[in-house]
Formats: sequence, structure tokens, C-alpha cells
Amino acid sequence: MSAPQPLLSRAFRDGVVAALIVAGLGFPVIAYRAEPDFNNVLTLNARWPLFLTFCALGFALRFLLTLWTARPRPLRAVKAPEAPVRRPWLAPLGLAALIAYPLLMPVLLGPQAALKWVDTFGVQILLYVLLGWGLNIAVGLAGLLDLGYAAFYAVGAYAYALLAPLTGLSFWALLPVSGLFAALWGFCIGFPVLRLRGDYLAIVTLAFAEIVRVVLVNWDVVTHGEQGLFGFPPISFFGLPFIPGPRGFAAHFGLKFAAVHKLIFLYFVVLALALVANFVSIRLRRLPLGRAWEALREDEIACRALGLDTANIKLTAFALGAFFAGIAGCLFALRQGVVSPSSFTFNESATILAIVVLGGRGSQWGVALAAALIVGASELLRQLDFLKMIFGPDFDPAQYRMLLVGLAMVAMMNFRPRGIVSTRQPTITLPAAGVRP
Amino acid sequence: MEIFLQQLINGVTLGSIYGLIAIGYTMVFGIIGMVNFAHGDVFMLSAFIALLLLLLLTQMLGLPAGLAFVPVLFGSMCLTALWNFVIERVAYRRLRGSFRLAPLISAIGMSTFLSNFVTVTQGPNNKSIPPLLNKIIPLTSGGDYDVTLSYKQILIVAVTAVLLAAFWFVVQKTSLGRAQRACEQDAKMAALLGVDVNRTISLTFVIGAALAAVAGSLFLLQYGVVKSSDGFVPGVKAFTAAVLGGIGSLPGAVLGGLAIGLVETLWGQYFSSDYKDVAAFSLLAVTLIFMPSGLLGRPDVEKV
Repeated sequence: MSAPQPLLSRAFRDGVVAALIVAGLGFPVIAYRAEPDFNNVLTLNARWPLFLTFCALGFALRFLLTLWTARPRPLRAVKAPEAPVRRPWLAPLGLAALIAYPLLMPVLLGPQAALKWVDTFGVQILLYVLLGWGLNIAVGLAGLLDLGYAAFYAVGAYAYALLAPLTGLSFWALLPVSGLFAALWGFCIGFPVLRLRGDYLAIVTLAFAEIVRVVLVNWDVVTHGEQGLFGFPPISFFGLPFIPGPRGFAAHFGLKFAAVHKLIFLYFVVLALALVANFVSIRLRRLPLGRAWEALREDEIACRALGLDTANIKLTAFALGAFFAGIAGCLFALRQGVVSPSSFTFNESATILAIVVLGGRGSQWGVALAAALIVGASELLRQLDFLKMIFGPDFDPAQYRMLLVGLAMVAMMNFRPRGIVSTRQPTITLPAAGVRP
Repeated sequence: MEIFLQQLINGVTLGSIYGLIAIGYTMVFGIIGMVNFAHGDVFMLSAFIALLLLLLLTQMLGLPAGLAFVPVLFGSMCLTALWNFVIERVAYRRLRGSFRLAPLISAIGMSTFLSNFVTVTQGPNNKSIPPLLNKIIPLTSGGDYDVTLSYKQILIVAVTAVLLAAFWFVVQKTSLGRAQRACEQDAKMAALLGVDVNRTISLTFVIGAALAAVAGSLFLLQYGVVKSSDGFVPGVKAFTAAVLGGIGSLPGAVLGGLAIGLVETLWGQYFSSDYKDVAAFSLLAVTLIFMPSGLLGRPDVEKV
């Protein structure tokens, strides 16, 4: 047997190997960039400093990793799992903060500066929370990986954008209609495919989402193609439009007109609907249907052996998830004012799925946190202008958003497959011995 | 009739490329039972590697493009194989014992990462190269529409046929192929009998990536243009091909690829080219719903 290598030389060797691998991975793709020149002929621009930086990073990370894993570790007693701390005050406090947030922002920042805060960090995050909770019903509870969630989102958005000018109905009437349309689509798509095994189901939902998107792009007469639909009626406060002038919301309540009023109202609508989604999924989890979903997620064969109608149970989860996506789509149309196919690409489905995966499939708190994290992080990336000074003016940090989302999904599956908040209580447990339930 | 013949030739060419990608899906699915969702993006990445190597050889070293293509093909195969090897180690290996959807979710993350990695490093626009190997053989002449067969198309179909034969031989006759088939049937038992399962799985990914790289290089040769979002749709179509041919079956993958290529080009010609993706995707859904074991596959029975 050979003598064990000294740690440093082993770490050094590992580091060199890692650097070589990074060099192989990055060789043409990082080291060169093909750009068309003045004659529109592709030419190569060498980027050796960047390439060498990556190799050095690979070396350094692997070197440190080897040293870190080889450090002497004292043996520690295994801790007994602690009883979960109950924090009954957390939910009311969080709700109070959520209600106070959009009202405080204009007071603190002024109505103009508050626009962005209420819109991006308020309405947008809540929309993603709503979508996340909706998808969580399919993915987290019933274990049905739905890669076409953006299609139902699109159905909701287009349902509102098409029906509002056509029927003249108000937003309150069309909100459930959009949801029902999406649920109907979920039902129609789910009906044939839900018999498939999990990963096939995922790919078929993906294919359906692409079909929906292609149709939206090409069916010019109805959807106006890539341009999308706009000019549909905006949200109003129970009939009072958010416009300046004597007939608007602001004048009626004796306020000074501000664009932020509309967003604050929209914020509360989205918040209320998100809470409904949350309430529905928490309650359903305690019903036989919800129990069946969770059982189905764990073991489909056992469920079938117990006589559960797996197709119906899956279909309800799928359609209910689609319903909330439709609702979210309607709200998205109201927020954006324009609905176009580019908002409903696979990237959108992947982002919502990443929210559910990051949050921990089945965990309501986790999904909400993950939605805030992803929206917050992508906004943060947009703000990092100082990086332009380091990497040159072409550097656009916002491009890295989906790259990081992808990496986060891989990392979560590998290291914390149960999500950031990995302490979801089982819905049902056996009573402890000697304690009557 | 001439148009039909021409579309038939184009369809077979496109189908060969799908078939080569589909082999990667079908082999990985066969051995570890996961849908390697990132495979389409590996294909796209390989096309980019080929593009950059081609520019490197022709512009920096001044080789003629025709001569450069062979080293480009081999370079792209090696580098893409390294990529897929690393991807398997980083993203999938730890998940083998995890819950069922974990590898698929990880693969979706990897796919998102890869396409955005290329967007970030190479920009989101189309990259087009001047056409290579332009000779064509006119098959009919004098009519309103001349059917032509280009050297490129012959090359693509020939390469696919040769590679399929080579890999068929590898899987059927060599010890690697035997190990692969053993792992496919029962990984635990194969490990007990001395098959290095990890190594076999790694090799499967390497072979799949090498074939995807061939497809990527041929794609670049045929269409002369590639962009960073090009992995997604060909990826799904190649998966459709794998499913249609019967997942797990090598000749099935190529057969499925040809079928998809033909459906797509003929649909584009006779119905609507805007909706040709819809045709391919609907075919996927219809196949999975009515014929989940495909043309040449074995029925998949789920056991406890």
C-alpha cells in the first residue's frame, strides 16, 4: 500500500484536474465569441482573460473543496429531531404586514416612486405566489409534473383580453370565467394524458403548452399574433374607473389622482385571490380528495390497489391547478395592459416550476418565500449596474436570471430536494402511543 | 409529384438529424429510466462548439472549409461528450435513489441553464455561416420544378447510417454493450456481477452526447444557422421520435426520427408551415396516449 498523499498535494492535483475540465468545457464557448462584423460575416473575438479566470476559479474551488472535506471533524452525537416550534402569531403578523405594505409605500416614498415598489415587488410577487400555489396543487400535492402551466396562464389572460371588449362584462364577472376556461382546458388536456406515467405526462403537458403558444402566435385573426392584444378595459374600483377627472375613483373619494391607486387596488385583489388559493389547498388537503392526492404522489400502484379512481383524482388536481393559473392570467392581463404570446413561453413555466421546487413541493410558506426570492433576485440583477463597469458595457446582468433559475433547480434537487423550508408537517400522523387523538 | 419527391428527400435529411438526437434520449432512458430533458440543449451546444471550431480553423489557420469539417466534427464530438459527462456527474448521479421526478426536474434546470449559458456567452441572435459543400445533383430536369439532391444531404444520411450501424454493433457485440444491456435490465444485479454501473452510465451519456454532436455539426452544415434557443424544439421533436420508435430501442429511434422529419416537412409543404411544430407535438401526444410503447418498443409494465 502506498503512503497516503499529503493533503496539499492531493488538493493541488484535484484542482489541476478541475481546471483542465473547466478548460475543456469552456474552450470554444467561453474563450471565443462569434459576432458578425461589418460585412455580416461571423468573426471570432478571443476572450482569453475570461476563459483563464474561469479555469482559475475551477482550480480554486476544487482546491478549497478538497481541503474542506478533508478537515478533521469531531464526532458529534446525533441530535434528536426537535419538536417543531409553533408560531401562531406568524400568519396574522405576516398578513398585517402584507395589508399595510401597499398603503405605507406611497406615504413613505411618494405616489410616483411607490409605483415600482407596489407593482414589481407587490403585485408581481403575489402573482407568482398565486401561480406557485396553483401549480403546487398539481406538482406538490398530487405529484403531477406539469410543464405546460404557462399555457393555462395564457388561456386565462387571453380569455379576459378577448371577452372583456366582446361581452362588456366587468372584471369581476370575467375573473371566474377566465379561471373556468383554463380549468376546462386543463380538463380537456388532462383527460387523455393523465393515464401516462409521470415523466411522459410532463413532456406531453410541455408539448400542449407549445401547441397553445404556436396557435397564439399564428392565429392572427383572433389573437393578433406576436403583437398581442391590448386596449381591453382596465380594472375599475367596483365600476369607478381609475382615471383623472370628476368621474374617476380619486375624485369620488376626494383624493388626488395618482396612478398608484389602481395598482394598490390590484394588489389587494391579487392578495385576496392568493389567500383563497392558499385556503382552498390547505382545506382540500384535509378532505378525502386531498389525502388521495398525497397518497397518489407517494405511490400510485398502492392507490390503485386500494380502489381509488386515480384518473379522476389526478384530473381534479390538474384542473384545479389550471383554474388558479387562469385566474392569475386574468390578473396578469389587468396588470400588464397587453397580452402577447412572448409572456407565456416555456421559460415562464420553468420559472413557476422553479418556485414550487425551491419552495419545497407541497409547502405553502416555502412557495411564497421562493416567489419573493426569485422575483426579488431578478429585480436585483437588473439593478446591478456597477457590474457593467467591471465587465464592460455589453454586460447585462438581467440575462443571468434564467441561468441562475436553472442552476438553482439543479442545486435544489441535488442538495435539498424537499425545498428551502423543508419542515412541512405531514398532513396526517399516527397518534402518539397512549395519547388519545 | 416533383415537389413531393423533393420534400421526401428533405424530410429524410431532417429525420436523420432527429434520429441521431433521439438515440441519446433512448439510450439514457433505457439505462436509467429518465427523460434527459437537457439533451436537446446539448445538441444546440454541440452545434455552437462546431460553429466556433469551424471559424477557428478556417479563419485562424486558414484551412479550406471542406477540409476543416472533419476535425470540427471530431472536436465537437469530444467536447460535447465531456460536457455531457460532467452534466451527468453534477446533475443526475446523486439523484438515482431520489424520488421519481427528481432527475427530470434537475434535467429541466440543466436545460434552462445550458440554453441561457449559450445566450450569455454567445448572444441571443442567429449565427449563420456561409454555405459549405454546395454541389447538388439534379434528379429531374426540364419540368416546372427540378428535384435536387445535394451532397450535404447524401453526407447526412450516410453518416447517420454508418453511425447507427456502428452503435448497433457496439450495443450488440461488445462488452460495453453487454454491460449496458445488463444495467438496463437490472442495475443492482449487474453491479453484483461486477459491472461498473457508474462507468457504464457515464459512457452512455458520453456516447449520446457524441451522437448529438454529430447531429449538431450536420445541422449546422445543412442549415448554416444556429441560435441559442435552437435546443428546445428539436429536443422535444427528437424525444417524440424516440417515443414514436419505442423508447429504449436504437433502430426505433432512427425510424421515429425519419417519421417525424417526414411528417414535419410534408405538413409544412401541404398544410401550413406555421403549424408544422403543432403537427410534430400532436404526434407526440397521440403516440403517448394510444401507443405508449411505440413502434418497436417493448410494453412498459410498472411493477411494485
